[in-house]
Formats: sequence, structure tokens, C-alpha cells
Amino acid sequence: MRSADVPYEKVTAKTFPKGLDTLASGHRACQGCGEVLALRLLLKSLGSEFIAVSATGCMEVCTSTFPQSSWRVPWLHVAFENAAAVASGVESALHVLRKKGKIPNKRIPVVAVAGDGGTADIGLQALSGALERGHRDFIYVCLDNEAYMNTGIQRSSATPFGANTTTSPSGTHSKGQHTWKKNMPAIAAAHGVPYVATASPAFHLDLMNKIRRAAAIEGPAYLHVYAPCPTGWRMKPELAVECSRLVVNSRIFPLYEVIDGHYVINRKVDNPIPVADYLKQQGRFRHLKPEDVELIQARVNLEYENLVKLAGTFPV
Amino acid sequence: MAKKPIGIEVSLAVAEAVKLCDADVVAAYPITPQTHIVEHLSELVANGELDAAYIPVESEHSAMSSCIGSSAAGARTFTATSSQGLALMNEMIYIAPVLRTPIVLAIANRALSAPINIWNDHSDIMSVRDAGWIAVFAENGQEALDLTIMAFKIGERPDVRLPVSLNIDGFTLSHFIEPIIIPDHEEVQAFLPPNEATVKLDVANPISIGLLANPETYTEIRKATDDILLASKDKVIEVFKEFGKAFGRHYRVIETYRHEDAEIVLVTMGSISETAMTAIDEMREAGEKVGLIRIRLWRPFPVEELKAALVSAKVVAVVDRHMVMGAPNGPVCLEIKSALYDALNPPKVFNFIMGLGGRDVRRVDFKTVVERSKSLVKGGQSSFEIVGVYE
Ligand SMILES: Cc1ncc(C[n+]2csc(CCOP(=O)(O)OP(=O)(O)O)c2C)c(N)n1
Ligand code: SF4
Ligand SMILES: [Mg+2]
Repeated sequence: MRSADVPYEKVTAKTFPKGLDTLASGHRACQGCGEVLALRLLLKSLGSEFIAVSATGCMEVCTSTFPQSSWRVPWLHVAFENAAAVASGVESALHVLRKKGKIPNKRIPVVAVAGDGGTADIGLQALSGALERGHRDFIYVCLDNEAYMNTGIQRSSATPFGANTTTSPSGTHSKGQHTWKKNMPAIAAAHGVPYVATASPAFHLDLMNKIRRAAAIEGPAYLHVYAPCPTGWRMKPELAVECSRLVVNSRIFPLYEVIDGHYVINRKVDNPIPVADYLKQQGRFRHLKPEDVELIQARVNLEYENLVKLAGTFPV
Repeated sequence: MAKKPIGIEVSLAVAEAVKLCDADVVAAYPITPQTHIVEHLSELVANGELDAAYIPVESEHSAMSSCIGSSAAGARTFTATSSQGLALMNEMIYIAPVLRTPIVLAIANRALSAPINIWNDHSDIMSVRDAGWIAVFAENGQEALDLTIMAFKIGERPDVRLPVSLNIDGFTLSHFIEPIIIPDHEEVQAFLPPNEATVKLDVANPISIGLLANPETYTEIRKATDDILLASKDKVIEVFKEFGKAFGRHYRVIETYRHEDAEIVLVTMGSISETAMTAIDEMREAGEKVGLIRIRLWRPFPVEELKAALVSAKVVAVVDRHMVMGAPNGPVCLEIKSALYDALNPPKVFNFIMGLGGRDVRRVDFKTVVERSKSLVKGGQSSFEIVGVYE
């Protein structure tokens, strides 16, 4: 069966999962944290029949101070750069134990959760290995808040051009981050895995359905989730959802899937808002000059055009 | 009828032992001189002789990460490495014991870089000596196979649940073809119970493993691991005894050789001990009162057993196979010295480093050690001496 045809139970406003959150409240995330919002929705969508593996980072630290834990599913944290490798071990163990009749014969998704640093930088090798090996019940979720937030807002390779971080500060000789954001979904897709998708918490049903689809399809899946961080972005905490919408509607972070190599844009943005409207809410871009914003706009236009071409090349 | 030994390379015998133990998951990355172990295991999996998941990870860091995940999910888990591979695993090596994930790790001991060198010494294992693993050293091939089987039993015991490293000297043991008795699958099954992980990742009973600990709990969590590790010595001894009963081959945490009336006692670990015993026989014939203690259980360190065995000697000459930089004593000597420090009339303890990066360890080197020790008794040795170093 083509991965695109694999059935899964859709989340709609009517069928929105009820009951306890898989990630319990009382965690220590900052007020207005978009990362924990995305995580909570993803986990709620999957229910309770899965195993979670966290990388070190904000979401691990704020949910698991001994002796308390927010996790209502089996959860394992080992270190920063190896969530993909740890999840590989869990997934392989479940497979073989099931085959040998030592545990119930039921598919259990193993969900690795890491930040952009734990994914695009220090964890890239472990992730690449896991994607290449083709673990069947393996879902990797990158929660992208565009910097190392847990350690105090240092730049990562997923930090956008121009952003001020503590290791890419703006100054008389610097515009802040001087490199363009690494294209992680493309890197994941290049492994030939059956399912890659982007998601944003403002489009919560889309986000929740993507992890359901990832769980239904056999083979490694990679989800790249936009995760606003008011603390690190110098932004009002109440703006996390709004900026999650603007980032999509400005074409900066398009919502798309790559299913068996076929690109599908989930939300066509025909009348994009200017990137300036997105940037201006966030203190990390405050120092940018109009010409810098123009440069960013041009890059966003180009990348979106490329994506449309990719989606056009591979009709589903 | 007693089983007959067959000629087999020690690496392959270790892999065969893993097969006999019905390991569920093997996650490994190749490095000389460990490679033959995992090559043979992948072959066994490919042939259907071992029903396991073989995860061909992209690095040793991921090998140990996957092993921790696999063990936490309740699977019997094995990996093997050497030298740089163990160094790359280092971060994970320190995590596995505290998360209480039993894993059997065979280390074909090899020198650490730099300079890069593929040959045997103990610098790799010594870099992780404080991590919380149970660690045993094999002297010969039979012992390597037997200890592999025992390692699973020890580590997976409900009152232990710790990872175990099996140290075999790279090349000088791993690559030798030796006569080894390979037990039957049924015998091993009768000896080794299934891995009953009660604390594991299970959707029917969700728990969190690997939480963050702040200053008010970190010390206690570390201590809990150390308590379990120290208490594991008795369990190791128990398993050694059970093994002796089942297979007729008897193991102790330390072995002694002609040491009762010895005035000078050598202390060694690993395969050089056989050379040392031959040297001792020759020295005994020449009238020297020399003997040997071989340490099999390196962690938890068998303090009482060593104290009892060494306290009546006049001189203890400890051999280390690891270059300690910037300090007076090697790791084995340090432990021996601290074990003997509060004895009423402690022997003199001298430290000799030999066999680094595969430098041959010969009978004559042990004779040199004995000669040097005899002159050092008259006064001296503020720090280790390297045997046979070219100045
Ligand atoms: C090997 C290692 N290097 C560095 C660190 C320190 N560290 C912990 S979390 C982190 C950054 C996490 O950033 P990211 O993955 O983006 O997650 P976030 O906190 O932003 O959600 C760093 C650098 C570590 N724990 N381990
Ligand atoms: S620093 Fe940012 S990502 Fe981390 S908890 Fe706070 S808002 Fe969330
Ligand atoms: Mg981040």
C-alpha cells in the first residue's frame, strides 16, 4: 500500500480527544511556551499506547524533575544528542520481544522528541542513522524553537538569519545570526523515509493528524514542528499562537508533507503577509534594518517557490 | 560424558556464548580488535541461528544509546567495543548503571589514542572505571565464554540490574584460537533464567526513566547506584558458585597462584597472568619465594579478598597496563594501596607499568619486576616504573 493510502482515524473538532492529557499539567515550562503546547497536542493525539523518548532540552527539563513527572506514558530520557538512537533501541527491542511472544502482539509507536539543537546539530548523526535503518514504528519529532533555549538562547543551525541569540548577538559588527536556517525536513526526506511533515501549533488539527498519520504508516517518520519560545524570542507570552499562524501565512514556515518522496503542500498561501509583520513582534529581530528584512523576504519567496515546484513535480 | 573442547577463536566463542544466552538485541559498531565478535553475531542473526535484532548503528555512542533503550524496554542486550569506541561511548557508559539497565559489553581491550594504536593495554576500560559498571577480566578463552554467560545472569538479577563489562585483552586473547568447551543450549537455558525486567517501559504500566535530579536528590541517587554495585559482589560470587555447580568450572573474584608462602606477590589482570605464572614457576625453581594474585572482578573492587590474600606478603608488586599521566600510581595499584593502608603491618607496594600499546609482556619482564622489587624494599619508589621503557 502506498503510504498516502494508509488509513488513520482523523482528529476533527468533533472527535477531538477527550480525557486526561498525556502530558500532565504542572510542568515547569514558561508562560506562553509554544513548544510545550505543540508537545501536549501531539501527545494527546496519540493517546496512551506509545513510548516516548526525550532528548535533553527544555521539554525534558520542564517535565521531569525527580520525583515528579508529567508523562502519563512510558518515558525515557538518556541524554541530549541521542534520542534517535535510544528510540531505535526501544523500537528494536519491542519488535523482537513481540516476535518471541514475550510482550503482547501490538504495534507500539516509539516517539523520540528533541529540540532543534538536539536534532539539527548534535543529534543529526544519530537521527540520520535511525532514519536510514528504517525502524518501522519510529516517529521523530523535532520541536523547533530556533535556538538552544534550555541553556540560555544560544544559536543553532536552525536559528533564522538575523536572529539575535546569546551566541549570535547583534552588534556593530554583526547582524545577529548570519547563516540561513538549515532545511531539516529536506535532510530527513533525503533519507527516503515514507513520511516527513511540518506542522505548527496554530493549526492544531493539522498537527495532531500528522502524528496520527506518522504512527499509522510503517517506517520511520519525521515531524518538524514550529515551536515558538516567547522567552528566547523576546516576545509577549500571549503571542505564541499568533506567531505560529503568521509564520505559516507569511510562507516562512509552510505546512507540507513528503509522503514516499511526494511533496504535498497542505496549506497554500496565496496572499502571504509580509515577513516584516512576522518579524516585528519578536525582540530577537528588533535590530534588523529594512534592507535586512528585504533580504529575508527574498529568501522566503525563493524557498516557497522551490517548495511549490517540488510539490508540482510530484503530484499525488 | 564430559564435553570435549573445540578449537575456536576467542572472539567467536564470546559471540557463541551470546547466542547460547538467546540475546534479544545486539547494537554494535565495528572497531579492531573487537570486530570479530560482532561480525560473527551478525552472521548468526543472518543465518537464523540467533533470533535477535541486530542494530547496525552509525557509531558507538549510538550503540550504547540503543542498548540503554533496548534494555529499558526489557530486552536481553549485548554490545562489544574497544578503545576509541569505548571512549566515544563514555557519556552513555556513565548513564547506563544509574538508569539500572543491564547490558553485557565485551571490551577487547585496546590502547587509547594518541598515538593511534590498535594493540592491547587497559587504558580503554580504565577511562570508565568509576562509571558504576560491574567489570570482570578474563584470562583465557574458556573464561571469556563462561564469563559472558555469567555476565547476563549477574547483570539481570532482580537484586542487581546493572550493566556488566567483560574485558578480554585485544588480540592477545581475542584473536587466539584456543581449546574451549562450548556448552549446550539446554545447559545454558537451565543456568540462565529469562530476563525478568520488572521496571521497564511498558504501556500497561507507564513509568518515567531518566529524570532530572537537583542538588537535594542527586547525591542519594548516585549513592543508591553505588550501594547496589557494592552489594553486587556477593551476587557475583553466588553466580560463580552456581556456574561451578552447573558446568564444573569454578571461578572466584580473585585467583591466587603459589602465593601462600610468597614474600613477593605480583598482582595482574587479564591474559598476561598466564605468562606471569610461567615466570613464577621458573623463579620458584631458582629459589625465589614469589606468587601471584590475579584480579578477575575489577568492579566492585574485592577489597576484603585482596586484603586477606596480600596482607601476609612482604612485598606486593602491582602491574598496571594503563599510563597514568600526572599522578604517581596506576589504577590497580591505587586500589591495592588503599585496601592495604589500614592493615596492621602492611606490605610494601610497588607499581610497574608494562605492556602498553601491545608492547610484548615476557616472562623476563616479571623477573625484572621481582628483581626491582627486591632492591626497592631497601628504600624507594615514589611513583610507578615502566618496565622496559627506552629512555
Ligand atoms: C553533550 C551535551 N552537550 C551540551 C549539553 C548542554 N545542553 C543541554 S540542552 C541544550 C540545548 C537544547 O537545545 P534544543 O535541542 O534546541 O532544545 P530546547 O531547549 O531549545 O527545547 C544544551 C546545549 C548537554 N546536555 N549535553
Ligand atoms: S525557554 Fe522557551 S521553549 Fe523553553 S520552556 Fe520557556 S518558553 Fe518554552
Ligand atoms: Mg531549541
